[in-house]
Amino acid sequence: MTDFKNASELLELCDRNQQTISRVMRQRECELGETGMEEIQSRMAQVLHIMKESASAPLKSPVKSMGGLIGGQAEKLDRLYGEGKSICGAALSTGIACAMAVLEVNASMGIIVAAPTAGSAGVVPGVLLSLQKHRRISDEKLIDGLFNAGAIGYLAMRNATVAGAVGGCQAEVGVAAAMAASAAVELMDGTPRQSLDAASTVLMNMLGLVCDPVGGLVEYPCQNRNASGVANALVAADIALSGIRQWIPFDEMLSAMYQVGRRIPYELRETALGGCAATAFGCGFCGKK
Amino acid sequence: MSFISVFDVLGPNMVGPSSSHTAGACAIAYLAQKMKSGNLKRVEFTLYGSFAKTYHGHGTDRALLGGIMGFTTDDIRIRDSQQIARERGLDFEFIVDTAESDVHPNTVDIRMISDDGSEMTVRGESLGGGKMRLTQIDHVSVDFTGEYNAVIVIQRDRPGVAAHITRVLSEHGVNIAFMRIFRESKGEKAYTIVESDNQLPEEIKNQLLNNPNVENVMIVHNQ
Repeated sequence: MTDFKNASELLELCDRNQQTISRVMRQRECELGETGMEEIQSRMAQVLHIMKESASAPLKSPVKSMGGLIGGQAEKLDRLYGEGKSICGAALSTGIACAMAVLEVNASMGIIVAAPTAGSAGVVPGVLLSLQKHRRISDEKLIDGLFNAGAIGYLAMRNATVAGAVGGCQAEVGVAAAMAASAAVELMDGTPRQSLDAASTVLMNMLGLVCDPVGGLVEYPCQNRNASGVANALVAADIALSGIRQWIPFDEMLSAMYQVGRRIPYELRETALGGCAATAFGCGFCGKK
Repeated sequence: MSFISVFDVLGPNMVGPSSSHTAGACAIAYLAQKMKSGNLKRVEFTLYGSFAKTYHGHGTDRALLGGIMGFTTDDIRIRDSQQIARERGLDFEFIVDTAESDVHPNTVDIRMISDDGSEMTVRGESLGGGKMRLTQIDHVSVDFTGEYNAVIVIQRDRPGVAAHITRVLSEHGVNIAFMRIFRESKGEKAYTIVESDNQLPEEIKNQLLNNPNVENVMIVHNQ
């Protein structure tokens, strides 16, 4: 049986058979999920399809969110880039526009893929679709990227948490960005070790981020944080691809994230009692509802 | 530890905005309607905890109503479920209970009334990431997720009923993955929940009913 309990076992499986992370994850799904490769592939193609729809629709037709806090941000960013006024550059500009688009769709009751959660659903499509656009990556290769991202997310679900109520935003957007960074490295032909190093770097750089949604709604600052997750993922992927090694392996960083998460005060874990939610604006918004 | 699929990580595919408050709520109601016989005429949702406080901004109400009409978590009709329910002549009501604190934060009671007059109330908890479970059926505590095909037997708490159930299932070659019995109190109403990887043929139902202590049988398929 192809299975792994942590990143070091995953790396060992990759090294032993000279395989990519996505390949190992596919094999695991096939064997443990008792599902045929074809069905797994077509289900993941559907995931990619929904991601593409949700990352592009608001660029043309913005929609107001249920709570009224967001809507139209993706279109603005897309226009900034189109007019040549973005200072982020191609990969990052497209990535943040796509990520914010997905959160707009989510907050207006459109269809999204939780990746790993609804509140962090923009990061993985943001990074992958940006790479597709600017690096001419095929859909098939992008699906590899999703399996790679899935491996990182699985480890986070298994050995830590992806719930903001348990571990703060670092467990949602942080893990999403770690997933995206690892996938980006594989898509750019980096090694499995570089993927895991990139994922480790993201968790390091987003360590301690709290979950403090205004009014308890999955809108604000969630949408901004998805954009920052894209930036963190791209930064970490570049660091790894340049050949820089990380001293702290992913397993240790994941455990550190979990430990920090459990020490985050209750008010800052999705209760809307602290942080952004407790600012004058946040309180005022709640009072109005 | 149960298997975590890559589609648990990249999924569920869902109508937003919240995996717990929208997708999980829809999944609870979807499972509830699969357990209810007859055509639904009226449904009452009582919301507790965080559901009671933030249901409107999360579309929890629309998701519950969509689920009760058989919409899955990625069905865009969830958005318009209230209008669709009215068109279908389904009477619905949302009741907010902020006083009750001794419940899981994301809890809902669903009272379903069919046109044949029969009634059933289930309690569901949304556990995060779209996962959920039912914790009560008609006020008897149970634990049911609907992840497997299941037979739910409503029975009198008397000797021989469990043997009757396993005998019928074994005659149909059904392999039991999990089997649990929940009861109100000694000698009163009890529920047996049997979960299986196999497909469950409908004729099991009549054979299971062929016992004086069996009151009702529900077959709930996981798809």
